[in-house]
Amino acid sequence: MGKVNAIISWKKLNLGIAITEPGSARKFLTGDWRTQRPVLDKEACIRCGRCWIYCPEGAYTEDEEGYFQCNLDYCKGCGICAQECPEGAINMVLEEKE
Amino acid sequence: MMPAEKKVFKGFKARELPKEDLFTQGHRACQGCGGALALRLITKAIGRRVIVANATGCMEIISSAFPQTAWDVPWIHVAFENAAAVASGVESALKAMMRKGKLKEEKIFVLAVAGDGGTADIGLQALSGALERGHDFVYVCIDNEAYMNTGIQRSSSTPFGARTTTSPAGKKSIGQMTRKKNVPAIAVAHDIPYVATACPTYYLDLMNKVKKAIETPGPAYLHCLSACPTGWRCAPNLAIEVGRLAVETGVFPLYEVINGRYKINYPHRRLKPVRQYLEMQGRFRHLTDEYIEIIQERVNKEMAKLRALERFASFYESVLANF
Repeated sequence: MGKVNAIISWKKLNLGIAITEPGSARKFLTGDWRTQRPVLDKEACIRCGRCWIYCPEGAYTEDEEGYFQCNLDYCKGCGICAQECPEGAINMVLEEKE
Repeated sequence: MMPAEKKVFKGFKARELPKEDLFTQGHRACQGCGGALALRLITKAIGRRVIVANATGCMEIISSAFPQTAWDVPWIHVAFENAAAVASGVESALKAMMRKGKLKEEKIFVLAVAGDGGTADIGLQALSGALERGHDFVYVCIDNEAYMNTGIQRSSSTPFGARTTTSPAGKKSIGQMTRKKNVPAIAVAHDIPYVATACPTYYLDLMNKVKKAIETPGPAYLHCLSACPTGWRCAPNLAIEVGRLAVETGVFPLYEVINGRYKINYPHRRLKPVRQYLEMQGRFRHLTDEYIEIIQERVNKEMAKLRALERFASFYESVLANF
């Protein structure tokens, strides 16, 4: 998940090692960092969007109904969304060992 | 919030924030990093037409691990002390190239990003020079109150009594012996049109201030508190709460200085006791009641000074109106 192949021949490098692909960090999936993940209780959610605003990863996206879904590919399990939710609709649940 | 002249943009609304993330997912920051959140909100507020000059530090390292970058805007990594210097160069180059017709004439914002080490310590000279020359750019200091990237060493922005590896607490020392350097006041002394302090907990305030800063012609300085659960020793989910308490206790008041005139944004009401803020963080755990009292008195004095500055601005204006 979070692996990068950075072994590149020097001939392929740009001048000044300039990176020409913006936002390429999106390919780096940080989801395997976490030990707990957020679980949303849709009944309690008021769709205020604080979880989306306060996520340092930007892991939340809004769906068609206006609820915010957490992208578990990126979620590092910090728990800010659960802490800041005014309705307590988000709970952090321990990740199970696979 | 916005000055009366700006008719088109009235201020960001929580329901109508830009959805696009120009500081992308996949950056390598710690869980619960306040600085990463600050940069995410700042880039949201500015949009795509920006060139960023980023000094060495946590924010640079986590967003630009080779061969990837978390920046979806033009960005250059500069030397530790150089954020303001390179931003000056970029701004001047844009002006010259547009004047010579090599670039289409359009508004491209220039943003310098550095940490508290790269601003208050090693970057102070370059910052002073850039502010004095009056370049049209915005300088943002992402202040996590120590050299966090190299393992939590003290900087001049570390608050009194904080424990770091180079200001350890024990029998002979209470941690950091000196007070937090007031860099916004240094920026105000350069007579620049816009200086502000911000905290990502108050995200609308932060984004509006960023918008004001980029729209102000000339230099603008923004000092942004960045809660660091790793270095401040609190749980990662408390990064937003600790920022909130920093503001509500008066430890880090949010204010703007527009053309030399102070305006306090938060806190308005009676200050919460500083103890609530200090008790959340392990870096202050060694402090005795005596030192907490010393810190409380200091915070009260600084807030009183700030409120006086806000009140007396109008007095100065009436005096200067005679000239």
